[in-house]
Amino acid sequence: MLEHYLSLLMKAIFVENMALAFFLGMCTFLAVSKKVDTAIGLGVAVIVVQTITVPVNNLIYQYLLKEDALIWLGIEGTDLTFIGLICYIGVIAAMVQILEMVLDRYVPALYNALGIFLPLITVNCAILGGSLFMVERDYNFSESVVFGLGSGIGWALALTALAGIREKMKYADVPVGLRGLGLTFMITGLMAMAFMAFSGIQL
Amino acid sequence: MSKAKDVLLDPIFNKNPIGLQILGICSALAVTSKLETVLVMCLAVIFVLAGSNVSVSLIRRQVPDSIRIIVEITIIATLVIIVDQFLKAFAFGVSKQLSVFVGLIITNCIVLGRAEAFAMKNSPGMSLLDGIGNGLGYSVVLLLVGFFRELLGAGKLLGFTILPSTNDGGWYLPNGLMLLPPSAFFIIGLLIWALRSWKTEQVEEEN
Repeated sequence: MLEHYLSLLMKAIFVENMALAFFLGMCTFLAVSKKVDTAIGLGVAVIVVQTITVPVNNLIYQYLLKEDALIWLGIEGTDLTFIGLICYIGVIAAMVQILEMVLDRYVPALYNALGIFLPLITVNCAILGGSLFMVERDYNFSESVVFGLGSGIGWALALTALAGIREKMKYADVPVGLRGLGLTFMITGLMAMAFMAFSGIQL
Repeated sequence: MSKAKDVLLDPIFNKNPIGLQILGICSALAVTSKLETVLVMCLAVIFVLAGSNVSVSLIRRQVPDSIRIIVEITIIATLVIIVDQFLKAFAFGVSKQLSVFVGLIITNCIVLGRAEAFAMKNSPGMSLLDGIGNGLGYSVVLLLVGFFRELLGAGKLLGFTILPSTNDGGWYLPNGLMLLPPSAFFIIGLLIWALRSWKTEQVEEEN
């Protein structure tokens, strides 16, 4: 049983890395990877939000939206999956808002460090993508906790690694047209290839 | 009239959403390994973008500033659900291939970005053109990437054989790299390089 969860965690972090295997959260990924410090801060925020939203959306899916999910209320024959998207994005927006208030009240240092990135997590596709993959693959509650944590860590890891490489790339002599965005795409491509080496690993 | 033309055509090369504004890369790279899925994805994005721009522009005077993001997200999510249900009903195979990426149009930053930056300040007609223009700019990049990936990776276009591959007794040895996700990054990187060599004012300053 434990092995199942461990292998799910490793799979979510390395093999099915949100950023490098599914290209999710790319906008933030490319925009916020200039410095390692900010990258780490954003990475932590994403891990926290992802670990909360995926399980919460899992509960909503299991007990409200799924076919015949309202059976515990005595209502049969319902299928609300079509409003799933609106529910998930609503939960994510609400969670980010709550997290923002909690951090502001209890951990002001982290709140100030994250600044504008915290609200932007709402439109980070890695977060919504996590919830959608959870639904598509039909994870149960504990699996969704592990998957949320793993995919968050994987995304943060990729972001920090890219930021590290880009800090070094400042000293390189790059063709004029390739500077900035173009080169970042190339680096991300190479990183994605490196991460492909993990595929097929079974624990 | 010339302003309308600028609004429609500028996003295609001069202010390309992917090449210059870094918007909307998220939900699309993974769907570019085949031209067919790319076409469907592009149509879906153009529809959502035009629809959300018009709707946001229509209610821009009625919505208080403090709740505008949530209103915009709700409009976008509704449009995306329409597209998703439509695809499931009429193009189930493609819908399965696109899997979660249709839903991810919601968090595609192009849509929210254009709603915020353009539709909140301009009339519905202009917003419609801006939506279509940005959708086209996005589609041009995606179609180019999809074209190269399918042609070089499988020797086919839209499922028709163009370069007969060695497996089928032809002469073309397919480049397997093109079917793998990382190739999309290389192609987009090269496209941006080409675009910026052509339009040099888009080059980023060294900081």
